[in-house]
Amino acid sequence: MNNEQQYIDIFEQHRELIEKPCATLLNEERRKAYSRFKEQGFPALNDEEYRHSDVSKQFAADYGMNLGRVENLTAPYESFTCDVPNLKAHQEFIINDSYLKGIDHKTALPQGVMVGSLNEIAKSNPQLIEPYYNSLAQDGDSIAQFNTTFVQDGIVIYVPKGVIVEDTIQFVTIQSTNIDIMSNRRILVILEERASLNMLVCDHTLSNHKTLSTQITEVFVGDGASMNLYDLEETSESNTRIAQLFVRQQGNSRFNHSNITLTNGFTYNRTQLSMQGEGAESDISGLVINDKHQHTDNRTLVEHKVPRCNSNELYKYILDEESVGVFAGKMLIQPDAQHTNSQQTNRNLCLTKCARMYAQPQLEIYADDVKCSHGSTVGQLDENALFYMQQRGIPIDEARHLLMFAFAGEVIDKIAIEGIRNRLHMLVEKRFRGELSRCNGCSLCHEREQKKTN
Amino acid sequence: MENLIEIKNLHATIDGKEILKGINLTVKPGEVHAIMGPNGSGKSTLSNVLVGHPAYTVTEGEVIYKGKNLLELSAEDRSHEGVFLSFQYPVEIAGVSMTNFMRAAINAKREYLGQEPMSAGDFLKLMREKRALVNLDSKLANRSVNEGFSGGEKKRNEIFQMAMLEPTLSILDETDSGLDIDALRIVAEGVNKLKGPETSTLVITHYQRLLDYIKPDIVHVLYNGRIVKTAGPELALELEERGYDWIKNETL
Repeated sequence: MNNEQQYIDIFEQHRELIEKPCATLLNEERRKAYSRFKEQGFPALNDEEYRHSDVSKQFAADYGMNLGRVENLTAPYESFTCDVPNLKAHQEFIINDSYLKGIDHKTALPQGVMVGSLNEIAKSNPQLIEPYYNSLAQDGDSIAQFNTTFVQDGIVIYVPKGVIVEDTIQFVTIQSTNIDIMSNRRILVILEERASLNMLVCDHTLSNHKTLSTQITEVFVGDGASMNLYDLEETSESNTRIAQLFVRQQGNSRFNHSNITLTNGFTYNRTQLSMQGEGAESDISGLVINDKHQHTDNRTLVEHKVPRCNSNELYKYILDEESVGVFAGKMLIQPDAQHTNSQQTNRNLCLTKCARMYAQPQLEIYADDVKCSHGSTVGQLDENALFYMQQRGIPIDEARHLLMFAFAGEVIDKIAIEGIRNRLHMLVEKRFRGELSRCNGCSLCHEREQKKTN
Repeated sequence: MENLIEIKNLHATIDGKEILKGINLTVKPGEVHAIMGPNGSGKSTLSNVLVGHPAYTVTEGEVIYKGKNLLELSAEDRSHEGVFLSFQYPVEIAGVSMTNFMRAAINAKREYLGQEPMSAGDFLKLMREKRALVNLDSKLANRSVNEGFSGGEKKRNEIFQMAMLEPTLSILDETDSGLDIDALRIVAEGVNKLKGPETSTLVITHYQRLLDYIKPDIVHVLYNGRIVKTAGPELALELEERGYDWIKNETL
């Protein structure tokens, strides 16, 4: 209890240090957020949203915070080029919580597209950021307030009206440290009318120290705009990830999201999607592969505010050993949202008796002419299918992998970009064979790394 | 000639209930044996026990196959040694393509036999060849295993897999159930084409119908967990005509 007090003390004592390097906009929001955080504290276990995930406890450890913005002594990205084969990507890096400057981008982005440090752009173009920054997260819970209180930098992506960004923006976050450290990051994505963007966010740790990150992503998808956002977590068992994604969709826009938890420690992901313009479509999905004592909690809220929007949701978990999975998905259909078409599916595999899954699908419908459905199942691998494969000579372990791979494949196949999809199929297969846990870093490029050292 | 398989005094249970109560059966290479019998007599249990289904427990007896103790082998090793079961109810496996499934099966067997994995080109050629044998649509071969297949397609797919794996002992568990006359003929012709002087077949069926196409050398009647009658192909015809009651009465 009272894990918040040490952070309140840190903020009071180091307020000037925190605010000094930061843009006015960040500091204005910071002050508002701090007073909310101070009032609310960390979520308690009797908070419905956190009852299976003791997030407060995660903050109890004495983490270092880079409030003085010490430059990274080593830039691991040089030995860590996160290239995905067959993917044309524009890469950006955040090491712990600092935007890495001076990356040599091989290709130029289209005219008018802006990608860079949140703090820098908030200083140089405050009028661009101001209407958006924290406008969704300000109504978030105390974790969102905590992030806004301590955040000093992050990344902004701005795509002007009608511009289609062909290359995938790949945003790599790396926790690289020789002490226990906390990082508070921010991602802001603004797509104006009819803009189009593909984005891949890879979350990594390159350290066996305790690491904790909070990450708030705010995404604004303008009228007729289109975005694919792929989140991939490949961190370590000593990592805590608390990530919140807020999305606002305008009319006839399209937003696809896949959130893949491949390796992790303790993860709490919240996705909050608000469909505010008619004809918007969204497809959100998630895949969790957990074993050992890994813990993954995914919470989604899909809010239909206006008529004629479609949303589709699919979350799948594969839980081995003593891992814990939580899925709470809520579909909220407001009174005006007639002719809504909304589906939610949650399927879970518990491979051992000790693995635990908490599933909580929720439907709240206040409109009367809608088509909504949800379904959730928890089960084991199909014994009949396993035996059928064994009879054909497939060894039992291989048969299990084939079934697990097939189960996971449904989520991966939703990824629209072939290079990322193929890479993920391969990573998931490696994960099942236990080959990923040996890799302490980015396995998207792991093979390449091995080639280099050989 | 040496026996391919010799089943001696085989007893087996499921959930503590004894189903097989002392089966004795010997099959020589090249022979086709039919096993007939009323519902609940233990026909499917026998086929499941032979391929090592984990739900069944063997409580007594032994099975010698190619000179080896079959019951000591894992289910997959029995397959590698050439035992194949055409399932009465083939299982649908969502998300696993027929191609990946078959490739895993073929290469597991090759590994067991100390051979290199088959090249992609050779594998696809083999798939094409064997598919033609049972008129299996190439579209089905690209789909998930048995998913969305009709009853007839599932049975044809079983024989296709049999053709791919080239077993020594094939057990056809009610392969005729759910088949119309045309499908029955295609399936039976497929089985006949695969027959060689060294391969044997156990045909489990309720009806004479299938035996018009797959000619048995020997017909057994299984009743209440035991083989109660063994004779030539004429026995199947007699059963078709008279039913099983006279045999039940004989055994009492």
